[in-house]
Amino acid sequence: MSMVPTLLSVQNLSKSYGGVHAVRSVSFELRAGEILALIGPNGAGKSTCFDMLNGQNTPDSGRINLLGEDTVGRKPRAIWRLGVGRTFQITATFPTMTVRENVQVALVSYGRQLFNLWGSTASYARDEAGRLLDLVGMGAYAGRPCGELAYGDLKRLELAIALANQPKLLLMDEPTAGMAPRERIELMRLTARIAREQSIGVLFTEHDMDVVFEHADRILVLNRGSLIAEGSPEEVRGNPQVRAIYLGEGLVYDARHREGAGA
Amino acid sequence: MRRRHVLGAGLAIAVAGMAGSAMAQSEIKIGEINSYSLLPAFTEPYRKGWQLAVEEINAAGGINGKKLVVISKDDGGKPADAQTAANELVSSENVAMLTGTFLSNIGLAVSDFANQKKVFFLAAEPLTDAITWSKGNRYTFRLRPSNYMQAAMLVEEAAKLPAKRWATIAPNYEYGQSAVAVFKKLMSEKRPDIQWVDEQWPPQGKIDAGPVVQAVAAANPEAILNVTFGADLVKLVREGNTRGLFKGRSVVSFLTGEPEYLDPLKEETPEGWIVTGYPWYDIKTPDHDKFLKAYQAKYSDYPRLGSIVGYQTIKAAAAILAKANSTDPEKLIAATEGLSMPSPFGEITFRKIDHQSTLGAYVGKTALKDGKGVMVDSVYRKGADYLPSDAEVAKQRPQ
Amino acid sequence: MAFYFVQFLTGLASAASLFLVASGLSIIFGVTRIVNFAHGAFYMLGAYVAFTLTERFSGALGFWGGIVVAALIVAAVGVLVEMVLLRRIYHAPELFQLLATFGLTLMVQDIVVLIWGPDDLLGRRAPGFRGAVDFFGQNIPSYDLFLIALSPIVLGGLWLLFQRTRWGVLVRAATQDRDMVAALGVNQKWLFTSVFALGVFLAALGGALQIPRDAVHHALDLRIIVDVFVVVVIGGLGSIIGAFVAAVLVSELNAFGILIFPKISIILVFLVMAVVLIVRPWGLFGKPEAAARRTPGLTVNPWRPLTSGERSMSIGALVLAAMLPLFAGNYALTVGSEIAIFVIFAASLHFLMSVGGLASFGHAAYFGLGAYGVAFLAKAAGLPMIVSLLLGPLLGLLGAAVFGFFAVQLSGVYFAMLTLAFAQIVWSIAFQWVAVTGGDNGILGVWPDKWAAGPASFYWLSLAIAALAVTVLRVIVFSPFGFALRATRDSPLRSEAIGIDGKRVQWTAFVISGTVAGIGGALFAYLKGSVFPDSLGISLSVDALVMVLLGGVETVSGAVIGAIVFKAANIWLVSQTDLSKLVLGGFIVLMVVAFPKGIVGTLEAIRNRRRSSEPKSALATSRIEVAE
Repeated sequence: MSMVPTLLSVQNLSKSYGGVHAVRSVSFELRAGEILALIGPNGAGKSTCFDMLNGQNTPDSGRINLLGEDTVGRKPRAIWRLGVGRTFQITATFPTMTVRENVQVALVSYGRQLFNLWGSTASYARDEAGRLLDLVGMGAYAGRPCGELAYGDLKRLELAIALANQPKLLLMDEPTAGMAPRERIELMRLTARIAREQSIGVLFTEHDMDVVFEHADRILVLNRGSLIAEGSPEEVRGNPQVRAIYLGEGLVYDARHREGAGA
Repeated sequence: MRRRHVLGAGLAIAVAGMAGSAMAQSEIKIGEINSYSLLPAFTEPYRKGWQLAVEEINAAGGINGKKLVVISKDDGGKPADAQTAANELVSSENVAMLTGTFLSNIGLAVSDFANQKKVFFLAAEPLTDAITWSKGNRYTFRLRPSNYMQAAMLVEEAAKLPAKRWATIAPNYEYGQSAVAVFKKLMSEKRPDIQWVDEQWPPQGKIDAGPVVQAVAAANPEAILNVTFGADLVKLVREGNTRGLFKGRSVVSFLTGEPEYLDPLKEETPEGWIVTGYPWYDIKTPDHDKFLKAYQAKYSDYPRLGSIVGYQTIKAAAAILAKANSTDPEKLIAATEGLSMPSPFGEITFRKIDHQSTLGAYVGKTALKDGKGVMVDSVYRKGADYLPSDAEVAKQRPQ
Repeated sequence: MAFYFVQFLTGLASAASLFLVASGLSIIFGVTRIVNFAHGAFYMLGAYVAFTLTERFSGALGFWGGIVVAALIVAAVGVLVEMVLLRRIYHAPELFQLLATFGLTLMVQDIVVLIWGPDDLLGRRAPGFRGAVDFFGQNIPSYDLFLIALSPIVLGGLWLLFQRTRWGVLVRAATQDRDMVAALGVNQKWLFTSVFALGVFLAALGGALQIPRDAVHHALDLRIIVDVFVVVVIGGLGSIIGAFVAAVLVSELNAFGILIFPKISIILVFLVMAVVLIVRPWGLFGKPEAAARRTPGLTVNPWRPLTSGERSMSIGALVLAAMLPLFAGNYALTVGSEIAIFVIFAASLHFLMSVGGLASFGHAAYFGLGAYGVAFLAKAAGLPMIVSLLLGPLLGLLGAAVFGFFAVQLSGVYFAMLTLAFAQIVWSIAFQWVAVTGGDNGILGVWPDKWAAGPASFYWLSLAIAALAVTVLRVIVFSPFGFALRATRDSPLRSEAIGIDGKRVQWTAFVISGTVAGIGGALFAYLKGSVFPDSLGISLSVDALVMVLLGGVETVSGAVIGAIVFKAANIWLVSQTDLSKLVLGGFIVLMVVAFPKGIVGTLEAIRNRRRSSEPKSALATSRIEVAE
């Protein structure tokens, strides 16, 4: 494993809001091809942590090294250019475009054609868009209006969009929120397969513990802003501190979050 | 009378070009444009005035035997729309000449159109000096006494006042600015001893009268020049009365004696202002009596200044057409230059040098009578006496 | 010292009616998200009805009773409008309600003249408040003192209403989150109606209370509506306190500003608004708007380029239009040129609004700048027409580049109001800088060169440029840039996450749009042979909005149809009737009800429904099963 390069290195990351420590001195690393889960009860600081990694939030202190670059203070779009794909807890896609066009926009951006006023987007990287859609199993829906898609399909489309810049790292915020159980497993299997094939590192947060323990190579557990445990699923499962925190939540996925995602 | 075509919108555009010429033999058409929908308070009496004139002319046998028809269009207060209307009148109605307009910018727009398309234009009401002078052209004539003339008439009276400290209140646009500029220039020539202590420029139609009155009062002038009119004037007068601005101060005011502006002030009319205007109740000349009787008989209403302007515009147009006995613009110009004719205010002449008519105005003082504003001590000032020398005029007009 | 104190009080009195009207607008916007253009019309109606009542009924009771009853009567009219008209179009695309209320405003302007006549009316002075109070030698009208006392009372009353009643709590909740109230099972319809009634009541009361100090006339609405929008935006939309503070701020700045710069009042409110919006994008007391939810009516049918059949049809229509000179006269051709120019103008705004999601309320600025650019080049520099036509629009480009940079930092209504402020600033420069622009009297004599002077030649020129402009804009819509722009509009979050610099993309779109508008303006200057500040004015900006909305904001090129229909109807009506505003307003209201997505948008929706009804429905049901 030591030959595999480090994609992401986080050191002493901290953020507080008006005296409340949302994230307190968190450090971890992520390697290529590794699937890392970030878990913790509500308010543990997962989202804050995530937002700082993808540039939507700036840490008070600490360092984030992504693919050899210090990314603190960079905008999300700059971080994307480094090779980071991203999916959101509530899907963010372009509802007035077709499924294929959704992917094509990302490809346009990747190809630095954003200010091309004269080309035809319809023919731009059409094959590549098709390939990405096939990869996530959405090839048959390429011409369909995005606004008509079912929620599970939107999640898969988002994955295709996130893969458009040939990322080295995928950041997935609650990738299976709002999905039916069978769909969750399918989506995570798909993600894991792509990650392994293309040697992409994946960092995801998740409430569904079945998903976490089945797919994560390693798990980080946050509580009240601090990292309290880190290790393989077996190690984390056996950790008494983690068990104590999750006692109330029963180490299973929390049904409330299905509704919260607005399926 | 003016709604000749009843066609679908699309059709009208396509067909409009072809309509028109059918009745050309037995009638003469004049195109008329004014801001009817934007300024109904001024253009309604104006319309009544010209309608009366048309009736009289046709009752007397028309123009050299041909019936006079006026086709009237609304410009909505927009120069661009006035040009569209002018174009319609000229291109598809084939009118012999254009007349009308109230606002200075619209008068200028139509005047420029007339110059470009070589159409005769008799501007009725716009006051700007530019229309006959700096932007004057050979196709444009103007009936009403200009800004300069009204200023000169007022200055004659204002110079007699003992006041040395003057303040001005004028709407913040070209009319207000040039009225103040001309008044200041002429006044300073006659009275080098006076001082201008404050000037207020409220936006036209949007005066915030309280602060303006307060600011003028703070400068403590002995006399005030007012150029605001309409609703702005009402607000100014009300605030000024309540706050005592006009107490012990002389006020000289453009146009305020015109019934259009004086009547809405009702019992709040300030007394003793020196104004230009139209005291229809006080004019005892045969020319005016005849007009007044006919007007009151037809409308059971008294005339405003706009009625006079509308009436005389069409009377002048008819006189021009009769003399030229042609609708050729060049012949119309030749006929108009130097043409004299009667008017309710007495004889007027269209000057050859700048195409300005010598129609004058009444200068007098405001007073309150039976809860209504009136003009008293009014004297008719002939326009011809309040124009600069020919040499000066010639310098102003583009050659 | 006494003078400054009295000037301060005078400013407060001026603030009173501004506050009353602004608070009503703010409440209505907060809950219903309607930009109620007719608010000024209700203010004016309040003044007219109060005039009639106070003339009719004498004495103190007659006066004060008349004021309150007038406001109640107008509020009832407001309820009628809300129930009959607005309820039908709550689910139409954003800003569509603006179109409806604009139509109403036009109608009211003519209706008041029909009912009350054209003359300015002088209302009664308030019994007991006729005179002035002496304050160290300065006079303060006692009615001013009454107004100064009234606005905090109204403010307090509204505060109590919103804090202490169940209805008020609902209103506040709805202001925060409209969907949540619907979820609570509240009868949203009646909540909206009652809020609208309260807002209109306040506007009418503001108008009625002006009769002792103002003249009642048919232009009162336009005089106040823009200022009120500005006050609401400076204060922060939906904030009553904000409206109060902003009204006082604007009035005091005016009261003291005229002591130093007597010409400032014409531009002051817009300067203040521009500064406030640049420094505090959500107004003084406003909160950042929650991420905009998708408008319910928003189409999910993705745009596509024309099919070959549609393309042939468009070319056919163009060829047909090009044949107009064969059978039409000079007037029809000039009208045709004007329509073609407005197609360019409307298409430019449509590009910004519909592709960029940025509704500019001041688009005439760039149209007018193009026109002035041409006028300067042709008149001052004496350049030939071709050169002026090519270079003139660059002034529009320059204006769009400068103003657009600031404007795209904002979104939604705030973007709209900042563009309005910029347009008004440009307008007042043109209006006041007489030495350069000729002020109100404009620049004359900008006529075309000989080769384009004939009505047919000019028509062909305008038509060709319009066709070119619309085509180029369409190409851009389907270009990679167009997709980047739509992506930014659809989801700022997602587009940022795929490397799109949304502000730069929007800025570029703004510049493109402003330049195209400038091209329209340049042609307009030559069509009319002159340029006036009107071509930068609010009413032209509103016309452009109306054309876009009428065509259909969710379409690719609906503005083309919108412009043709609106402009043709407008020119024809103005030519045919003095009641053109009444008829045009009625026409707009009818169109709004008949075509809730705009003409082209509604036609497209009908076609799509027909085309897709069978094959898609089966698929849709299967997808829903999966979703569950």
